[in-house]
Amino acid sequence: MTASLVLFYVFGALALVSALAMVLNVRNTVAAAMSLVVTMTALAGVYLLLEAYLVAVIQIMVYAGAIVVLFLFVVMLLNLRSDAFPAARSVLWKLVGVAASLAVLVAFVRFLPGRVPAAAAELPAGFGGYRDVGRELFTSYVLPFEITSYLLLAAIVGAVVLAKRRLD
Amino acid sequence: MIPLHHVIALSAALFGIGTIGALTRRNLIVILMSVELMLNAVNLALIGFSRAWGDTTGHIFVLMVIVVAAAEVAVGLGIVISLFRNRASVNVEDVSLLKW
Repeated sequence: MTASLVLFYVFGALALVSALAMVLNVRNTVAAAMSLVVTMTALAGVYLLLEAYLVAVIQIMVYAGAIVVLFLFVVMLLNLRSDAFPAARSVLWKLVGVAASLAVLVAFVRFLPGRVPAAAAELPAGFGGYRDVGRELFTSYVLPFEITSYLLLAAIVGAVVLAKRRLD
Repeated sequence: MIPLHHVIALSAALFGIGTIGALTRRNLIVILMSVELMLNAVNLALIGFSRAWGDTTGHIFVLMVIVVAAAEVAVGLGIVISLFRNRASVNVEDVSLLKW
Protein backbone atom coordinates (compact mmCIF):
# COMPACT_ATOMS: atom_id res chain seq x y z
CA MET A 1 0.00 0.00 0.00
CA THR A 2 1.83 3.06 -1.24
CA ALA A 3 1.44 6.61 0.05
CA SER A 4 -0.46 7.73 -3.06
CA LEU A 5 -3.00 4.92 -2.59
CA VAL A 6 -3.55 5.92 1.06
CA LEU A 7 -3.99 9.57 0.00
CA PHE A 8 -6.44 8.46 -2.70
CA TYR A 9 -8.59 6.67 -0.12
CA VAL A 10 -8.43 9.69 2.23
CA PHE A 11 -9.46 12.17 -0.48
CA GLY A 12 -12.05 9.76 -1.90
CA ALA A 13 -13.66 9.21 1.51
CA LEU A 14 -13.65 12.97 2.12
CA ALA A 15 -15.36 13.58 -1.24
CA LEU A 16 -18.00 10.89 -0.57
CA VAL A 17 -18.76 12.06 2.98
CA SER A 18 -19.07 15.73 1.99
CA ALA A 19 -21.18 14.83 -1.07
CA LEU A 20 -23.54 12.87 1.21
CA ALA A 21 -23.57 15.81 3.64
CA MET A 22 -24.58 18.11 0.77
CA VAL A 23 -27.43 15.88 -0.43
CA LEU A 24 -28.74 14.94 3.03
CA ASN A 25 -28.60 18.46 4.52
CA VAL A 26 -32.25 19.54 4.33
CA ARG A 27 -32.05 22.51 6.68
CA ASN A 28 -29.29 24.85 5.60
CA THR A 29 -28.53 25.64 1.95
CA VAL A 30 -25.36 27.61 2.82
CA ALA A 31 -23.94 24.57 4.65
CA ALA A 32 -24.79 22.42 1.61
CA ALA A 33 -22.80 24.80 -0.61
CA MET A 34 -19.87 24.60 1.84
CA SER A 35 -19.99 20.79 1.67
CA LEU A 36 -19.81 21.17 -2.12
CA VAL A 37 -16.57 23.19 -1.68
CA VAL A 38 -15.07 20.31 0.35
CA THR A 39 -16.12 17.79 -2.33
CA MET A 40 -14.57 19.86 -5.13
CA THR A 41 -11.32 20.39 -3.21
CA ALA A 42 -11.03 16.69 -2.34
CA LEU A 43 -11.59 15.84 -6.01
CA ALA A 44 -8.81 18.28 -6.94
CA GLY A 45 -6.56 16.25 -4.60
CA VAL A 46 -7.58 13.04 -6.40
CA TYR A 47 -6.78 14.72 -9.74
CA LEU A 48 -3.29 15.57 -8.44
CA LEU A 49 -2.76 11.91 -7.51
CA LEU A 50 -3.87 10.93 -11.04
CA GLU A 51 -1.27 13.34 -12.44
CA ALA A 52 -3.75 15.82 -13.89
CA TYR A 53 -1.99 18.88 -12.51
CA LEU A 54 -3.51 21.59 -14.72
CA VAL A 55 -7.02 20.19 -14.30
CA ALA A 56 -6.58 20.10 -10.50
CA VAL A 57 -5.66 23.80 -10.41
CA ILE A 58 -8.56 24.71 -12.72
CA GLN A 59 -10.91 22.58 -10.63
CA ILE A 60 -10.07 24.63 -7.53
CA MET A 61 -10.20 28.00 -9.34
CA VAL A 62 -13.42 27.41 -11.30
CA TYR A 63 -15.44 25.00 -9.15
CA ALA A 64 -14.38 25.67 -5.56
CA GLY A 65 -13.90 29.35 -6.42
CA ALA A 66 -16.26 30.75 -9.03
CA ILE A 67 -19.15 28.29 -9.20
CA VAL A 68 -19.69 27.81 -5.47
CA VAL A 69 -19.35 31.57 -4.89
CA LEU A 70 -22.13 32.04 -7.46
CA PHE A 71 -24.30 29.52 -5.56
CA LEU A 72 -23.63 31.25 -2.24
CA PHE A 73 -24.32 34.64 -3.82
CA VAL A 74 -27.74 33.50 -5.04
CA VAL A 75 -28.62 31.77 -1.75
CA MET A 76 -27.82 34.95 0.18
CA LEU A 77 -29.49 37.23 -2.41
CA LEU A 78 -32.73 35.26 -2.06
CA ASN A 79 -32.29 35.18 1.74
CA LEU A 80 -33.16 31.48 2.02
CA ARG A 81 -32.61 30.75 5.69
CA SER A 82 -34.29 27.38 5.66
CA ASP A 83 -35.41 25.06 2.93
CA ALA A 84 -37.49 22.76 5.11
CA PHE A 85 -40.30 22.23 2.63
CA PRO A 86 -43.32 20.19 3.65
CA ALA A 87 -43.06 16.60 2.47
CA ALA A 88 -45.15 16.28 -0.67
CA ARG A 89 -43.41 13.75 -2.87
CA SER A 90 -44.15 10.20 -1.78
CA VAL A 91 -41.57 8.07 0.00
CA LEU A 92 -42.03 5.41 -2.69
CA TRP A 93 -40.42 7.59 -5.36
CA LYS A 94 -37.49 8.37 -3.07
CA LEU A 95 -36.94 4.65 -2.57
CA VAL A 96 -37.17 4.08 -6.34
CA GLY A 97 -34.53 6.81 -6.89
CA VAL A 98 -32.17 5.35 -4.27
CA ALA A 99 -32.62 1.81 -5.64
CA ALA A 100 -31.94 2.93 -9.22
CA SER A 101 -28.76 4.78 -8.18
CA LEU A 102 -27.52 1.78 -6.18
CA ALA A 103 -28.23 -0.50 -9.15
CA VAL A 104 -26.06 1.73 -11.38
CA LEU A 105 -23.28 1.66 -8.77
CA VAL A 106 -23.37 -2.14 -8.40
CA ALA A 107 -23.40 -2.59 -12.18
CA PHE A 108 -20.31 -0.36 -12.54
CA VAL A 109 -18.35 -2.02 -9.74
CA ARG A 110 -19.14 -5.57 -10.93
CA PHE A 111 -18.75 -4.89 -14.66
CA LEU A 112 -15.55 -2.88 -14.81
CA PRO A 113 -12.61 -4.69 -13.13
CA GLY A 114 -12.18 -7.26 -15.93
CA ARG A 115 -12.38 -4.70 -18.73
CA VAL A 116 -9.88 -2.02 -17.77
CA PRO A 117 -6.11 -2.19 -18.23
CA ALA A 118 -4.50 -3.61 -15.10
CA ALA A 119 -1.26 -1.67 -15.36
CA ALA A 120 -1.07 1.98 -16.31
CA ALA A 121 0.48 2.97 -19.61
CA GLU A 122 3.94 4.48 -19.58
CA LEU A 123 3.43 8.22 -19.15
CA PRO A 124 5.22 10.71 -21.40
CA ALA A 125 7.32 13.32 -19.62
CA GLY A 126 5.31 16.32 -18.45
CA PHE A 127 1.99 14.45 -18.68
CA GLY A 128 -0.94 16.58 -17.47
CA GLY A 129 1.09 19.76 -17.06
CA TYR A 130 0.16 23.07 -18.64
CA ARG A 131 2.62 22.51 -21.52
CA ASP A 132 1.24 19.10 -22.46
CA VAL A 133 -2.46 19.98 -22.12
CA GLY A 134 -1.96 23.40 -23.74
CA ARG A 135 -0.21 21.94 -26.79
CA GLU A 136 -3.05 19.44 -27.27
CA LEU A 137 -5.71 22.11 -26.67
CA PHE A 138 -4.29 24.61 -29.18
CA THR A 139 -3.41 22.12 -31.94
CA SER A 140 -5.76 19.12 -32.18
CA TYR A 141 -8.69 20.69 -30.31
CA VAL A 142 -8.42 24.35 -31.30
CA LEU A 143 -11.83 24.40 -33.06
CA PRO A 144 -13.81 23.10 -30.03
CA PHE A 145 -11.81 25.52 -27.88
CA GLU A 146 -12.86 28.47 -30.04
CA ILE A 147 -16.48 27.27 -30.20
CA THR A 148 -16.70 27.33 -26.38
CA SER A 149 -16.40 31.12 -26.64
CA TYR A 150 -19.81 31.17 -28.38
CA LEU A 151 -21.23 29.03 -25.59
CA LEU A 152 -19.86 31.41 -22.95
CA LEU A 153 -21.19 34.44 -24.84
CA ALA A 154 -24.65 32.83 -25.06
CA ALA A 155 -24.49 32.00 -21.32
CA ILE A 156 -23.52 35.58 -20.41
CA VAL A 157 -26.33 37.09 -22.51
CA GLY A 158 -28.82 34.49 -21.24
CA ALA A 159 -27.94 35.03 -17.58
CA VAL A 160 -28.23 38.82 -17.90
CA VAL A 161 -31.58 38.59 -19.72
CA LEU A 162 -32.99 36.08 -17.21
CA ALA A 163 -31.84 37.84 -14.06
CA LYS A 164 -32.54 41.42 -15.14
CA ARG A 165 -35.64 42.81 -13.53
CA ARG A 166 -37.06 44.56 -16.59
CA LEU A 167 -35.77 44.74 -20.13
CA ASP A 168 -35.69 48.28 -21.48
CA MET B 1 -0.21 3.53 -8.26
CA ILE B 2 -3.98 3.82 -8.03
CA PRO B 3 -6.02 0.98 -9.63
CA LEU B 4 -8.38 2.32 -12.30
CA HIS B 5 -11.41 0.42 -11.04
CA HIS B 6 -11.10 2.13 -7.65
CA VAL B 7 -11.26 5.50 -9.43
CA ILE B 8 -14.30 4.35 -11.43
CA ALA B 9 -16.00 3.03 -8.28
CA LEU B 10 -15.49 6.41 -6.56
CA SER B 11 -16.81 8.16 -9.66
CA ALA B 12 -19.87 5.90 -9.80
CA ALA B 13 -20.56 6.46 -6.09
CA LEU B 14 -20.37 10.24 -6.50
CA PHE B 15 -22.63 10.03 -9.57
CA GLY B 16 -25.13 7.94 -7.59
CA ILE B 17 -25.16 10.45 -4.72
CA GLY B 18 -25.70 13.26 -7.22
CA THR B 19 -28.54 11.33 -8.88
CA ILE B 20 -30.23 10.75 -5.53
CA GLY B 21 -29.91 14.46 -4.73
CA ALA B 22 -31.28 15.57 -8.09
CA LEU B 23 -34.23 13.16 -7.88
CA THR B 24 -35.26 13.49 -4.24
CA ARG B 25 -34.54 17.10 -3.21
CA ARG B 26 -37.08 19.81 -3.95
CA ASN B 27 -34.91 22.91 -3.45
CA LEU B 28 -33.99 24.06 -6.97
CA ILE B 29 -30.56 25.35 -5.84
CA VAL B 30 -29.66 22.00 -4.25
CA ILE B 31 -30.81 20.20 -7.40
CA LEU B 32 -28.38 22.38 -9.42
CA MET B 33 -25.60 21.52 -6.94
CA SER B 34 -26.38 17.81 -7.35
CA VAL B 35 -26.10 18.19 -11.14
CA GLU B 36 -22.68 19.81 -10.58
CA LEU B 37 -21.72 16.79 -8.46
CA MET B 38 -22.75 14.42 -11.28
CA LEU B 39 -20.64 16.41 -13.77
CA ASN B 40 -17.69 16.17 -11.38
CA ALA B 41 -18.12 12.39 -11.12
CA VAL B 42 -17.90 12.16 -14.92
CA ASN B 43 -14.78 14.37 -14.86
CA LEU B 44 -13.17 12.00 -12.36
CA ALA B 45 -13.87 9.01 -14.63
CA LEU B 46 -12.37 10.87 -17.62
CA ILE B 47 -9.22 11.76 -15.64
CA GLY B 48 -8.90 8.15 -14.47
CA PHE B 49 -9.12 6.75 -18.01
CA SER B 50 -6.75 9.44 -19.25
CA ARG B 51 -4.18 8.37 -16.64
CA ALA B 52 -4.64 4.66 -17.43
CA TRP B 53 -4.06 5.08 -21.16
CA GLY B 54 -1.45 7.85 -20.85
CA ASP B 55 -3.46 10.09 -23.21
CA THR B 56 -4.09 13.80 -22.63
CA THR B 57 -7.38 13.86 -24.58
CA GLY B 58 -9.35 13.14 -21.40
CA HIS B 59 -7.98 16.32 -19.82
CA ILE B 60 -9.27 18.35 -22.79
CA PHE B 61 -12.70 16.72 -22.33
CA VAL B 62 -12.65 17.69 -18.64
CA LEU B 63 -11.80 21.32 -19.48
CA MET B 64 -14.76 21.43 -21.90
CA VAL B 65 -17.06 19.91 -19.26
CA ILE B 66 -15.93 22.56 -16.76
CA VAL B 67 -16.77 25.31 -19.28
CA VAL B 68 -20.21 23.83 -19.90
CA ALA B 69 -20.80 23.45 -16.13
CA ALA B 70 -19.90 27.10 -15.52
CA ALA B 71 -22.27 28.24 -18.29
CA GLU B 72 -25.00 25.94 -16.95
CA VAL B 73 -24.68 27.34 -13.42
CA ALA B 74 -24.80 30.96 -14.65
CA VAL B 75 -27.98 30.38 -16.68
CA GLY B 76 -29.52 28.04 -14.09
CA LEU B 77 -29.07 30.53 -11.25
CA GLY B 78 -30.49 33.29 -13.51
CA ILE B 79 -33.59 31.10 -13.92
CA VAL B 80 -33.71 30.54 -10.13
CA ILE B 81 -33.61 34.31 -9.51
CA SER B 82 -36.38 35.09 -12.00
CA LEU B 83 -38.42 32.19 -10.62
CA PHE B 84 -38.03 33.50 -7.08
CA ARG B 85 -39.07 36.96 -8.27
CA ASN B 86 -42.30 35.57 -9.78
CA ARG B 87 -43.26 32.87 -7.26
CA ALA B 88 -41.30 33.82 -4.08
CA SER B 89 -40.23 30.18 -3.83
CA VAL B 90 -37.47 27.83 -4.99
CA ASN B 91 -39.52 24.69 -4.37
CA VAL B 92 -39.81 22.67 -7.60
CA GLU B 93 -43.30 21.53 -6.56
CA ASP B 94 -44.50 25.12 -7.09
CA VAL B 95 -43.51 25.16 -10.76
CA SER B 96 -45.08 21.91 -11.94
CA LEU B 97 -47.30 23.57 -14.55
CA LEU B 98 -45.86 21.49 -17.40
CA LYS B 99 -45.99 18.22 -15.43
CA TRP B 100 -48.66 15.83 -16.72
